Amino acid sequence: MEQYRIDRSKGLEFGIYTLGDHLANPYTGQRISAAQRIHEIIELAKLAEQAGVDFFSVGESHQEYFATQAHAVVLAAIAQATKTIKIGSSSTIISTSDPVRVYENFATIDLISNGRAEIVAGRASRVGLFELLGYDLHDYEELFEEKFDLLLQINREEVVNWSGKFRAPLRDAKVLPRPLHGSLPIWRAVGGTPASAIKAGYAGVPMIMAHLGGPAAYFKRTIDAYREAAKMNGFDPATLPVGTTGFFYAAETTQQALKEYYPHINEGMKLTNGQGFSKQLWAQGGDTRHIMNVGSPQQIIEKMLYQHELFGHQRYIAQMDFGGVPFDKLAKNIEIIATEILPAIRKYTAPKQEAE
Amino acid sequence: MSGSRVGSKTRTALNHIQTSFAEKYPEVETSLIDLGEYDVQFSDGRNYLEYDGDTGIVARAIMDADAVVIGTPIFQASIPGTLKNIFDLLPESAFRDKVVGIVVTAGSSKHYLVAEHHLKPILGYMKAQIVQSYVFIEESDFYRKEIVNDDVLFRIERLVEDTVLLTKTYTKLREEKEAEYGF
Repeated sequence: MEQYRIDRSKGLEFGIYTLGDHLANPYTGQRISAAQRIHEIIELAKLAEQAGVDFFSVGESHQEYFATQAHAVVLAAIAQATKTIKIGSSSTIISTSDPVRVYENFATIDLISNGRAEIVAGRASRVGLFELLGYDLHDYEELFEEKFDLLLQINREEVVNWSGKFRAPLRDAKVLPRPLHGSLPIWRAVGGTPASAIKAGYAGVPMIMAHLGGPAAYFKRTIDAYREAAKMNGFDPATLPVGTTGFFYAAETTQQALKEYYPHINEGMKLTNGQGFSKQLWAQGGDTRHIMNVGSPQQIIEKMLYQHELFGHQRYIAQMDFGGVPFDKLAKNIEIIATEILPAIRKYTAPKQEAE
Repeated sequence: MSGSRVGSKTRTALNHIQTSFAEKYPEVETSLIDLGEYDVQFSDGRNYLEYDGDTGIVARAIMDADAVVIGTPIFQASIPGTLKNIFDLLPESAFRDKVVGIVVTAGSSKHYLVAEHHLKPILGYMKAQIVQSYVFIEESDFYRKEIVNDDVLFRIERLVEDTVLLTKTYTKLREEKEAEYGF
């Protein structure tokens, strides 16, 4: 785990991520400027660091209602504005980027941040960016696999010899600068289905899963499949961290949390995904067995501990800002995380001998 | 929605349906999408919002509707590819909270169960509230682009009534259920 900068003695890591969506607050109909949104994301990272949150990440999404397409640039600003919190992408769409460029960017962010940068590489859940960035959607799968492999190779080797289909070959190429400690933690972003998780397992790379909704037990199968695939290909699953991500929102009571966050998710999904979030499904989100960490602080603690028991994962990353959540609510959530959730999660997930 | 680029019978039936909606339920707003009049591209897996041109127009119109009447001819004992392509363009739960009625035109009565075996499973998967009784129209029910069988015309009226009734009922039930959640 050290290779991926995971210190297991501290228990489950807690992170916060944003996709950088730029949507109106459904309660007021007002949308802040893109400049304000980006500044608020940087401020959120600073608050997260003060609260003792372990990780903060920013995603890229090339479509209307998003503001962090150049997520590496935003992360560089966060690197400068913070001192201790680990930072990364969530995710970097490696399929439509040049791995050399991505590595240069993130190695630079790593140097700016004194060794805190990580890459989460994904395949894109939306495909409009293929046209925007000049790629053919028919190559969806191949583009990702080839470029992800190259990214891993650049991370492993100081001098790279490589050839492939989607990029000019590299001959004795040095990709510079190198990160502070020689390499970066690189994760594979995985959607809901086991297929991608199995590929991550075969490659022996850590994975971060996106969890939108449904019973937590459903996702255990995917995590088991990942570890099984890793084992079959000669990797020790105990050395490969697993991360989970999902909606997060805390309020005084579970009912209040569901009520406050719903319009943000529902209206936001309508605009960015074309369909709102069913109230029936949302209402189930309050159940302890449900994957969404929306609820009272106590309910969230119970959910997170239940998920940790099921998954045995090393990092959870919360998405609390989707759909124009005003900054004061985000700050309030971070306060609840710092004062109530983090102490409980760490107490119960740190290995026993360390905790005592 | 008339689900084919070929022939005129399905369009003729849907014209009757639209007229029937207008006469019986003037408060209901309808629009008729004849896939023969649109240049819809094949689904390539993107989100429906990301299609432009006719493809985007058709996909959005369906997604925005409270109820959809799907008219389809039967070709090769199955639904036409044009119609299947529409389903492929939409998200998996595209018909969630929508009522869907069905009108089938066919060259032979032997195709009667094609809608049961091909269309209903797709609509069920995509979460539609299906109007169970559909209208099945044969070649012999038409004469020079007009429906000449009164039985068919009566059945069309019933389909329109059932579609409106189910839409109103389902909307009301859903609103009552959602009010219980308190958000």
